[in-house]
Amino acid sequence: MAINVKVNGATRSVNAEPDAPLLYVLRNDLELNGAKYGCGVSQCGACTVLIDGVATRSCVTPLSRVGQSEVTTLEGLGTLAKLHPLQQAFIDEQAAQCGYCTNGMIMAAKALLDRNPRPTEAQVRAGLADHLCRCGSHNRIVRAVLRAAQTNGRI
Amino acid sequence: MNAPHLTRRDFTVGLGGIALAFSLAPIAMTQQPPRLPGSLETNRLLSAWLAINADGTATVLTGKVELGQGILTALSQIAAEELDLPLARVTIVSGDTGRTPNEGQTAGSLSVEASGTALRFAGAEVRAILLELAAKKFGVAVDGLKVTDGTITAPDGRRVSYGELASEADLKREATGKVAPKPVAQHRLVGQSSPRVDLPAKVTGGGAFVQDLRLPGMLHGRVARPPQYGAQLETFDEAKVRAMPGVVTVLRDGSFLAVAAEREEQAIKAVEALSASAKWKAGPALPDPARLYEQLKALPTQDTVISNKDGPLLASGAKVVEATYRRPYQAHAALGPSCAMAQMRDGQLTVWTHSQGVYPLRGTIARALGMKPPSIRCIHMEGAGCYGHNGADDVAFDAALLARASNGRPVRVQWTRAEEFMWEPYGPAMTMQARGAVADGRIVDWNYDVWSQAHNMRPGDPDGINLLSSWYLADAKPPGPARQAAAPNFAGDRNAIPTYDLPRQRITHHLIKDNPLRTSALRTLGAYANVFAVESFMDELAAAAGVDPISFRLAHVTDPRERAVIEAVAKAANWKPGEKGNGVRGRGIGYSRYKTIAAYTAVIVEVEVDRATGKISVPRAWSATDAGLIISPDGLINQIEGGIIQSASWTLHEHVRFDRNGITSRDWASYPIMTMPDVPKIENVLLNRPNDRPLGAGEASQGPAVAAIANAFAAATGRRLRELPFDPARVKAALA
Repeated sequence: MAINVKVNGATRSVNAEPDAPLLYVLRNDLELNGAKYGCGVSQCGACTVLIDGVATRSCVTPLSRVGQSEVTTLEGLGTLAKLHPLQQAFIDEQAAQCGYCTNGMIMAAKALLDRNPRPTEAQVRAGLADHLCRCGSHNRIVRAVLRAAQTNGRI
Repeated sequence: MNAPHLTRRDFTVGLGGIALAFSLAPIAMTQQPPRLPGSLETNRLLSAWLAINADGTATVLTGKVELGQGILTALSQIAAEELDLPLARVTIVSGDTGRTPNEGQTAGSLSVEASGTALRFAGAEVRAILLELAAKKFGVAVDGLKVTDGTITAPDGRRVSYGELASEADLKREATGKVAPKPVAQHRLVGQSSPRVDLPAKVTGGGAFVQDLRLPGMLHGRVARPPQYGAQLETFDEAKVRAMPGVVTVLRDGSFLAVAAEREEQAIKAVEALSASAKWKAGPALPDPARLYEQLKALPTQDTVISNKDGPLLASGAKVVEATYRRPYQAHAALGPSCAMAQMRDGQLTVWTHSQGVYPLRGTIARALGMKPPSIRCIHMEGAGCYGHNGADDVAFDAALLARASNGRPVRVQWTRAEEFMWEPYGPAMTMQARGAVADGRIVDWNYDVWSQAHNMRPGDPDGINLLSSWYLADAKPPGPARQAAAPNFAGDRNAIPTYDLPRQRITHHLIKDNPLRTSALRTLGAYANVFAVESFMDELAAAAGVDPISFRLAHVTDPRERAVIEAVAKAANWKPGEKGNGVRGRGIGYSRYKTIAAYTAVIVEVEVDRATGKISVPRAWSATDAGLIISPDGLINQIEGGIIQSASWTLHEHVRFDRNGITSRDWASYPIMTMPDVPKIENVLLNRPNDRPLGAGEASQGPAVAAIANAFAAATGRRLRELPFDPARVKAALA
């Protein structure tokens, strides 16, 4: 059935069942690569998107629960030509190895900085505690988030 | 973005075709050819490695693949350096059996040494060919020409670009290996921390992974795995699943059961229905986890004495020390479960895969399916970091099986988290037994035995099919045998031979031939466990000798580069000779030269022990590394630091849980890893040796890190942990 969903500022119609996980709709119907399948059970954070600004695990979010809310994905933050400060900071700090967790880290950091524009390092670590990185890029990720906080124009 | 783009991002361009100009034809050779540097030895044509394009860009071809270690950036730097091109005008193509050289597996920290060396020499030679063409054109001597950013300038100011010479440059010729690469003093790109070429796409949602590949008409595949190893499918409800929405293919072949559907969530529902209806005959019981190490040691082994040095008999005053160390099965646990796409059209199979070795995978799929290798093309695309042989090859074969049954439609197979945890090949459980003696502050005897299952059960074995689903087909083809690996790389015995100068030593590898749990290559193979044991034992001997552990190591090294990294890490950490722990805090060191031939790395860590909960924290770590000529300092630090963090996670948290009925580690709750708040702060020192060849470093810090944690715990508490992981239960038992 056709369902409307608001993603990155545009209303999109998708032909999916209401119980379809948002993750698959974003990836397969809307061809958005940002959110990643990592665990399917809300443990790793790779699939994180913002729903009305709140960091949400799209792998366990059925389409029906999205309703008229605004979904923001990694693609909605910025583009290659106009990077969001967090995206720029992840490049500046070379804050990845494989980059598979990067989406979740950036989206969770976005929600974190929106709530707390000047977090301490410990707050960043705590804020990303339930986002897993397997390559060991953690310290770079923390530095990138702190750098973005400084360059966000909020301090 | 001022970065070269990876052609593999252009997903839809030219990926379907098989017939590409093939520049890798073997050369008829009547006499012994000269030995060529790096992988040029096995892929001898310049055109196998480099193409100069009419638009002035260069295409670099490599058989090595990106696993998140930044190798394509490093190889691009090397090629651009020798060609005198800016990095932005270099495009790299990697791991494609239709286009690139065959460099086997991307493994063992060998890519810079093998592929980088080939590109260094090939690049220098191609540049020389272009200069000769320009010299002829201008009627001047080569010596007078200058190259800047791919434009050649004559002494009188006339200019010609690489692009203008491209059509005249015949690279379909064997490399000579005789054109000297640039002297280090002239390097512009090598030695610089070039930004990773793959990151811009990864931070913006560009297509970066095989998971992001979408082909027209693509189906979504899933496999209904057996409940445990070796279970046999008896019945299942095919009709019910066929009637489900979107289901296109239901495939049963022996005990292999899989489905492909139009939509991913439909495939998930269909495979759940398949699994719910399937009846299985149970497979063999797994070992009793409570008696695992005894049971493994009782299995048949192939014993090899890999080092034996007879020296003087023990003096009467020597102190003898004995210790046994254990390492459990540990998982690669890639953050993204394995994924692949395959399409079978007109008898041609194309597989998009994050395999570490597209050529071995192609050969093994060909044998498994009774096809000829030229009918199969395997194309690498990135997956999540793998750290060795995980489900990548297996899922590629699953996709091939489903593609063969799906009427030409491409099939994307995505393993689930549980599937990856339960079916990937683990790093083997190992036992390391050491007996040594010290007298007058020096080691006088060293005996070491290591028991391990096989660490290399990758595709490519000539005597078996190392692909999971092959073992479950009606015409099942079993895996290859466990094999003793050769020096100096070794496998379960990797780094079992210490680099220390010892008067007497005997080191024996007991290769367990059986596979009670499936195992294969996990980052460092046996080196993580052997360095844990060797370096823990060094501290135990140092304690018996009453000598500071760093002084004790320095008394046993002969290579000045070993001495330099140990001294560098001691200096960075401000190590105080004879420093003592205080019951809850302490520091320890671990050192190794990876594989005894690659990078030198020493690590010091500080641990903090919560005696009430048994939790060990690692607030700080310091490292020092000598990897010869450094290609990218930041890339090297990323690998060293990542290795320390991953090793700390393995060491403090990780072991594959199982019971007699099967694997019980199925998600991140039953296989926890280190998380952000617990990650140590790390200071890294690099000792650049620009006049020495680059040494593999991607796996260099893992062994030193585990040993440093073990030694720091002993320094902090006076008790020693000899069985991994150092989880709260073991810590509390050690402190009791």
